[in-house]
Amino acid sequence: MKPAPRPDTGRGRIFAVPAVIAALTLFGLVAGLAGEGAADLASWIALGACLAVLGWATAKRY
Amino acid sequence: MQRRAVRVWYWVHKWSSLVCTLFMLMLCVTGLPLIFGEEIYHLSGAEPPVAAPAPGARPADLDGLIARALDRYPGDVPLFLGWDPDHPVVYVNTGARPDTPPAAMHSVLFHQYSGEIIEAPPFNEGVMYTLYLIHTEMFAGLPGKLFLGAMGFLLALAILSGVVLYAPFMRKLGFGTVRRDRSRRLKWLDLHNLLGIVTATWVGVVALTGVLNTLERPLYENWQAGQLARMTAAWQGQPPPNRLASLETAVRAARAAVPDMHPSFVSYPGTGYSGFHHYGVFMQGDSELSKRTYQPVLVDATTSAFTATAEWPAFMQALYLSQPLHFGDYGGLPLKIIWAALTIVTIIVLASGLYLWLGRRRRSVEALLVEIESGGLVDAETAAGAA
Repeated sequence: MKPAPRPDTGRGRIFAVPAVIAALTLFGLVAGLAGEGAADLASWIALGACLAVLGWATAKRY
Repeated sequence: MQRRAVRVWYWVHKWSSLVCTLFMLMLCVTGLPLIFGEEIYHLSGAEPPVAAPAPGARPADLDGLIARALDRYPGDVPLFLGWDPDHPVVYVNTGARPDTPPAAMHSVLFHQYSGEIIEAPPFNEGVMYTLYLIHTEMFAGLPGKLFLGAMGFLLALAILSGVVLYAPFMRKLGFGTVRRDRSRRLKWLDLHNLLGIVTATWVGVVALTGVLNTLERPLYENWQAGQLARMTAAWQGQPPPNRLASLETAVRAARAAVPDMHPSFVSYPGTGYSGFHHYGVFMQGDSELSKRTYQPVLVDATTSAFTATAEWPAFMQALYLSQPLHFGDYGGLPLKIIWAALTIVTIIVLASGLYLWLGRRRRSVEALLVEIESGGLVDAETAAGAA
């Protein structure tokens, strides 16, 4: 017997995007500390992406 | 999640947020301009022009600078001397007593090479310093700092409980759902959840590093009672020195002891940074990380002879290495702008949380729990009526 498919209401689904955002945030925060130049650029992109997600979510219409 | 668990987490979220929200709003509003403190200082014209040192020039004698700072403020004692990391400038801070708090200190700036006095507005006056005092201690000294630290801890708890409650609320909703056409409350509930979950990590990091900063004084006291006391055991119980030996010689001794670093600032005995018998010469390295923390070198203040140096214990390193993560000053102007944008989003999360609570004050807790568990799909009032 096949295992029951994971319900669509599981934590995995709910926290998938937030987990990616949390990881991006931590990466961005630490990358900037690690050095200058490319490290700073990586930090701007990672943290900027989190803000972009907000921009996307609040701008779209239902 | 069980109704009982939702109820407990809702209770934690409500009270941890309610207690700290107004203080957090104050911290966000005062923190915003502080992010750009350097730029504001630069643009306001307060920054005096500093000539580049003449080729081959040697730094001015530090003892001479100290003497001239004391000439300007007779009756004061020297407290700190430090080097501007970006300009050839040396500052000397003096005060009426060795334990003078920063707000009451006098400061004189010198050209590091020519030794000329540079006239500049005092660091502890003006709008920015007032904002800084409000932000860090609300004019209440150490108790104010520790109180704000407790508020920061509550904020971390509010974030944690908010993340937990995000799960039952989003059970039937896709990420980023904002229902703007149902009711104003539902729209703001969705926004509170969305903005909250996206900024949770950043706000958590800024909150906890802020909490650590509020503990600076107790951490220094702990260090002085531990590592510093062990390094200076031979001086224990001696009366404070009544005549201080050359600071110039002391700084040279420190440079010789740690040749791969350079001094950032020197504390005088009794200032709370290096015990009662020693100069503390705080050395910094050149890498991105070692620029953020210090290695203390203790120099006998009566003989200018090297006493001891040791790497700081982990809690002192943590204090200083975590500071950039609170200030956002380590990735140029773009990072500061991101910091400001995230602060504004945080203000919206705080204000919407307050709005949601004010709007539901007279509703039953059951109704609010149903609202959370159904992702706002079940009208809270109807459900409360049915229950």
